[in-house]
Amino acid sequence: MEKKTTFSNRWLPYVLVAPQITITLIFFIWPAGQALYQSFFVEDPFGLSTQFVWFDNFKDVLGDPLYFDSIVITAVFSLATTFLALGVSLLLAVMANRVVRGAGVYKVMLLWPYAVAPAIAGVLWMFMFSPANGIVAEALTAMGYDWNYLLNGNQAMALVVIAAAWKQVSYNFLFFLAGLQMIPKALIEASAIDGAGPARRFWTIVFPLLSPTAFFLMVVNIVYAFFDTFGIIHIITLGGPAGATNTLVYKVYNDGFIGLDLGGSAAQSVILMLIVAALTVVQFRFLERKVQY
Amino acid sequence: MVENRPFLTFLSHAILIIGVAVIAFPIYVALVTSSHHAADVLNTVQPWFGDQMIANFTSVLQSGRRSVGAVPVERMMINSTIMALGIMAGKIVISILSAFAVVYFRFPFRMVFFWVIFMTLMLPVEVRILPTYKVVSDLGLLDSFGGLTLPLIASATATFLFRQFFLTVPDELTEAARMDGAGPIRFFFTILLPLSRTNIAALAVILFIYGWNQYLWPLLITTQNDMTTVVMGMQKMIHVDDAVPQWNLTMATALLAMAPPIAVVIIMQRQFVKGLVESEK
Repeated sequence: MEKKTTFSNRWLPYVLVAPQITITLIFFIWPAGQALYQSFFVEDPFGLSTQFVWFDNFKDVLGDPLYFDSIVITAVFSLATTFLALGVSLLLAVMANRVVRGAGVYKVMLLWPYAVAPAIAGVLWMFMFSPANGIVAEALTAMGYDWNYLLNGNQAMALVVIAAAWKQVSYNFLFFLAGLQMIPKALIEASAIDGAGPARRFWTIVFPLLSPTAFFLMVVNIVYAFFDTFGIIHIITLGGPAGATNTLVYKVYNDGFIGLDLGGSAAQSVILMLIVAALTVVQFRFLERKVQY
Repeated sequence: MVENRPFLTFLSHAILIIGVAVIAFPIYVALVTSSHHAADVLNTVQPWFGDQMIANFTSVLQSGRRSVGAVPVERMMINSTIMALGIMAGKIVISILSAFAVVYFRFPFRMVFFWVIFMTLMLPVEVRILPTYKVVSDLGLLDSFGGLTLPLIASATATFLFRQFFLTVPDELTEAARMDGAGPIRFFFTILLPLSRTNIAALAVILFIYGWNQYLWPLLITTQNDMTTVVMGMQKMIHVDDAVPQWNLTMATALLAMAPPIAVVIIMQRQFVKGLVESEK
């Protein structure tokens, strides 16, 4: 879609785009180019000499069993977070869509976690599950469950998934509720007259009509779990225990800033950029036409 | 709903109340913890409020944890506010200007600019941290508000949002303005900007939260304590070596850190929802 009426001015449009383009070039394109460039070099730790090594950094990274572990960890983490967050929010949205009284109150009560920083979400959940003085940890221990996320990798993973999903429920809830309210009442009424009960109506009518929203949310949640959960992992587990929660994004930070492996970290950055690019294309190409809200 | 079944309505309310309770439980725990002496929450679980709440909040706000070299939370909150408002205002200004240029002018390289802006979508700060850090340090922006805000200011989504909105503004308005002799700048300020008011408000809510909640970036580029933002400051309270963890103060700080963005969401609920739904389009 294009405007028919436009202004003509030789220099003004350039002045208008200049601030954004300048910032983008300096802080986005240039560093991304640097990452690409660095990913083909090996630098000594003091930065005194560099050597061009073709794809060796990528070979090292992709051949590293720790990187493979990190891929698996990221996949488990993002899928678990996505399904937990989607499941809970769908249940709550369906219920909120049913009630006539108090729907607005429930909505506010469920919206606010969106505003909590991932790092703060990490602090809150870490404390509740802390083996020494956490209220949930104590309950688990009382039930005879041996809880210590500082030692047990699976428990650490479960904890970061819960904290990450908790934060995302409000977002999904909002979109699911909007999706549910778009479904024509007449459809539901018609099937009720045909004798379909609430559960049957949900699975045969509501759920299929909601699936574009669900798919959109799935992509958004995967992107969130990939890139926006750094704070949660950095606060709760620092990638541990023994690398059990070392996701791809955390690993870039850890190898680059803590391990000072510049070439390797740059190669990992480039791989991540390709993943974001793919997810962005899916989001734009595929979803823009399918989802309506 | 279609049929009137009291039991189902009851069940819906029950599930919603359980959901709200589970979602809110961490806040309850934080509030309770922040109301006790440090020793009372060190190895025991406190189920109910103590009497130290005001003392603890005053203590973190005014003095922070000096023993581990931290600054008063008051200072961190001011830093966070400046950073959040800077990112919010910066993103809105540069996005609305570039969207105006792309929609209302035909000029060489228009689409090139458009795609350069689009690329920022694919480059979240998390994936380009090392080289971006280097750029900021080369520019001498470490430990400055410029360094905290500028690299996060470019925003493809905000630009698209304004572009989308400008495209719905009727051509007749532009024609009328031109006939009355208004140039592009006058048109922008007297017609387009007032029309965009609700979009700007919606976006402002989302961007304020985004800016306030930044963690990794301030963690990397600030080394001086008095540049700490409150969200990244949490990290210093949790990973302390050789000191007793003071959970009561940590929880008080966490509550202070999340209060402003939550207040914004609750007060600006309508704009928040609009901003969220639209910025994802």
